[in-house]
Amino acid sequence: MTTDAGSRFRRVARFVSPVDRGFAAVVYGGSILFALLILGLFVELLLGSWPSIVKFGPGFVFSSAWDPLNSKFGALPMIYGTLVTSLIAIALAGFIGIMSAVFLADFAPRWLATPLSFLIELLAAVPSVVYGLWGLFVLAPFMRTTAGPILQKLLGWTPFFSGTIYGVGLLTGGAILALMIVPTVTAISRDVVAAIPRDLREASMALGATKWETATRVVLPAARVGIFGACVLALGRALGETIAVTMVIGNRPEISASLFAPSYTLASVIANEFTEATTGIYISALIELGLILFLVSIVVNALARVMIWSVRGSERV
Amino acid sequence: MALSEFSRRGLGRRRVTGALGVTLALLCALLAAATLLVILGYVMVQGIGAINWEFLTQLPHPVGVPGGGVGNGILGTFIILAIATAMAVPIGLLTGIYLSLFGRGLLPEALRFMSDVLSGVPSIAIGLFAYAVLVAPLKHFSAFSASFAFAMLMLPLLVRTSEQAIRSVPQTVREGALALGMSNFRATVGIVLPTARPAIITALLLAIARVIGETAPLLFTAFGTQFWETNPNNPMAVLALQVFNYAISPYANWQSQAWGGALLLVAAVCVLSLGARLMLRRAMHGLEG
Repeated sequence: MTTDAGSRFRRVARFVSPVDRGFAAVVYGGSILFALLILGLFVELLLGSWPSIVKFGPGFVFSSAWDPLNSKFGALPMIYGTLVTSLIAIALAGFIGIMSAVFLADFAPRWLATPLSFLIELLAAVPSVVYGLWGLFVLAPFMRTTAGPILQKLLGWTPFFSGTIYGVGLLTGGAILALMIVPTVTAISRDVVAAIPRDLREASMALGATKWETATRVVLPAARVGIFGACVLALGRALGETIAVTMVIGNRPEISASLFAPSYTLASVIANEFTEATTGIYISALIELGLILFLVSIVVNALARVMIWSVRGSERV
Repeated sequence: MALSEFSRRGLGRRRVTGALGVTLALLCALLAAATLLVILGYVMVQGIGAINWEFLTQLPHPVGVPGGGVGNGILGTFIILAIATAMAVPIGLLTGIYLSLFGRGLLPEALRFMSDVLSGVPSIAIGLFAYAVLVAPLKHFSAFSASFAFAMLMLPLLVRTSEQAIRSVPQTVREGALALGMSNFRATVGIVLPTARPAIITALLLAIARVIGETAPLLFTAFGTQFWETNPNNPMAVLALQVFNYAISPYANWQSQAWGGALLLVAAVCVLSLGARLMLRRAMHGLEG
């Protein structure tokens, strides 16, 4: 893929014969179709949410009324729930993921790094519904009977850990999301860390730094933009994750300071209510939630990729 | 960083800090890996009891009637995946070929960017798209609309990987074919693509692994049914959807079947991931040899 070979190829390989022209046209057509599909995705979401956009305007995202019976819709509780669960997730997964990445790239011997990497990547492949099932039957009861009461005893004086512990709620949702995005943070951070030139490490070690000092004071600072990108990408996954969160969030459109309280996310309200939505404006409001998710995911992903590329080069994500 | 920080003074303390730090990193990596083992262990223990011949081959029973299975969901999963693959592979491959042959310029860069963005779009938003295009106009749920959503989810991986797989075939191979008088068409389809095939199959396996347990877009596309269904124009049962519905149901029999279904999904994902890994090793080997 060197520039040289590429330009040489274009000089040698003109698409002049009829067969080649046809071939080029088909290939071109395929990629145009691909582009149209993606544009179609945006256009359809926009068209679908248009009645809701017209009726509620920008107030949609600032209103906390979610009352299908009276056709009043506001996205604020879901935006709140989405943000809180995702931030909990990235706070938990960020530290563990970055530490694991440093370990796999710089500290671990090969015989340990390879199987650990494989296990952590497999964690990324486990379907969302399986996490949800585990969260519903294992994590949520554990939160209700053990983890929740302990947290409440320690931190119950703050509004964040007060109130009834249902088991399902913001904290459980955030914890499940954390499990799901650890592999993303780890895998990409590991690649970013591995892409930092050896020279930097060797120079640092030659100055007498220990491995740990080299990792924390030389390698991580050099890789920080890429690692931040990995975290933003993981955040993007967390924001749009649907099924697992739907199963453990409690599904209640309320804004509550307590992390034990049931809540709702943008994705889970669509998953729960879309097939039951009867009126046109109800469906449209749900599609507008999807449009918000779509737009947020584009911004977050574009941002993350630019940051990762800046460190690691544009191959593979 | 001041030089004095790395002086010999306090070396002992620095070594201890270093050892503690490395241990902390080790613990984090182990924690992440152990989580997987805990979840997989749970699914294994809870799921294995639910799996038997009846579970794999029978229709679901009504509430309160013991027994029953997810046979229709397994069949539906295969049908929907097959149609999704048939839709995604041609478009993904053509786009990949286009990007590898005409790689620079505004359109290719835009396509790459769009493909990357698509890979980050939540599956539920893609489900809404499939609903808007294929369910709402026809006024009924269908397996075909689920396949369409799955194809959209598979495309980014297929596009990017086939582009890289084709690019990684040495330029000399293509030039050799052209020098023998082949057209670009024959050089690409007859020589370059077969060389890149293992890598492309790897990508396909990973793409299938990505969508096989995907549930969110199915809620309002495939929708599910209690019966055997093979017509893609009708609502169809899907294993992942059954796991979801059974898990949130209040019936012990269904909940136990949810674990059984989850075990099947996890097993499928593991087999696909391992298969992809083996295929990739073959691809590497093929390129070197």
